[in-house]
Amino acid sequence: MFLLIVGCGRVGSSLARSMLDEGHTVSCLDEDPESHARLEVGLDTTWEEAGGQFTVGTALETKALEEAGIIHADAFVAATNGDNTNIVISQIAQRRYEVDTVIARILDPLRAEWYREQGLRTICPTKVAVEMLEDKLRGAAGSMQAEGGSGEAGPEASGSEAGEGS
Amino acid sequence: MYVIVAGAGKVGLNLTRELIGQGHEVTLIENRREQYLAAEQLLEHNVLYGDASEIWVLERAGIERADMVIAVTGDDEDNILICQVAKEKYGIDRIIARVNNPSNRAHFDLLNIKPVVSATELILRLLEHEVPHHNLVHLLDLEEEEIEIIEIRLGSKSTVVGRTVGELNTPDNTLVIAIIRDGRGVVPNASTVFEEGDDVLAVLDPDREEELKQIFTDA
Repeated sequence: MFLLIVGCGRVGSSLARSMLDEGHTVSCLDEDPESHARLEVGLDTTWEEAGGQFTVGTALETKALEEAGIIHADAFVAATNGDNTNIVISQIAQRRYEVDTVIARILDPLRAEWYREQGLRTICPTKVAVEMLEDKLRGAAGSMQAEGGSGEAGPEASGSEAGEGS
Repeated sequence: MYVIVAGAGKVGLNLTRELIGQGHEVTLIENRREQYLAAEQLLEHNVLYGDASEIWVLERAGIERADMVIAVTGDDEDNILICQVAKEKYGIDRIIARVNNPSNRAHFDLLNIKPVVSATELILRLLEHEVPHHNLVHLLDLEEEEIEIIEIRLGSKSTVVGRTVGELNTPDNTLVIAIIRDGRGVVPNASTVFEEGDDVLAVLDPDREEELKQIFTDA
């Protein structure tokens, strides 16, 4: 699969590395040339030697998207730090370039929900984080009740898995 | 009319003031604190602090009862999104979006956000009108309505020079409406003779542009 990731922040770069590791062709686009360094965290080689591509350019510029290979992309992930940028470029990928799988990261739950209803695949980290926190807190409240309403939240409430967020 | 304006930069601020002056009810939305405070000094309760691309902010501004939404922030993606939400979620037919970077115009078209206003394009068009580097200039394009007004400069080789408007066999759905000669505009009649250097203004169906251009430009 040829995957194009726009936005090479923590989410974009981690995703890029793991998908490359799983044998996919991965191309990243970011307007900040310095973000390239993030791709090489934990790698013994350069990102390019490992087989990845990196393009410097603005997400809204079709020239940059094309240079990064959007025409051949099977999947497209919009992971810039701007919700609106992600929403707009996802729709461009979908409608103009007809990429099969398009996923947008949208931090605002309301916008994420509405655009999901419009047929965009969205990931809302805010919603996921809130749900995880709710789960942890319910767990903590439950164990407090079991202990007779006294004591601490217990070790499981501080949660080890939750630390893996974006 | 109730109008929501997104973005209190110079354009949004002046626009809001003018609209209020014309008796319209306006809410101006701005999410940069300093710009918001400056706008509030001037326009008081007509200004709302918040990000107009957030749905709850638009709802607080009363988008359900808005007659028109105008997005004039400095970010094209924000303007696209605000108009898209206004149109598709709240069914507001009348929107106007500002295009900051002309190369983003294709995105507005793709997502059916229109009409758009681009200061850069307007200035380029005026520049073209003043200093044409090819002999056809678009003065007005009403895409939806499929009508446009163009201006054609008659060169020395133009086959119509020396002929009258009446002699001309112009295609259907085209009409010569004015001739600008030596800096003065005249409304021609059938006996008006075309001269070299004339700027001919015509109103037409965009599909006819090529045909009309053939008639007026070089043989």
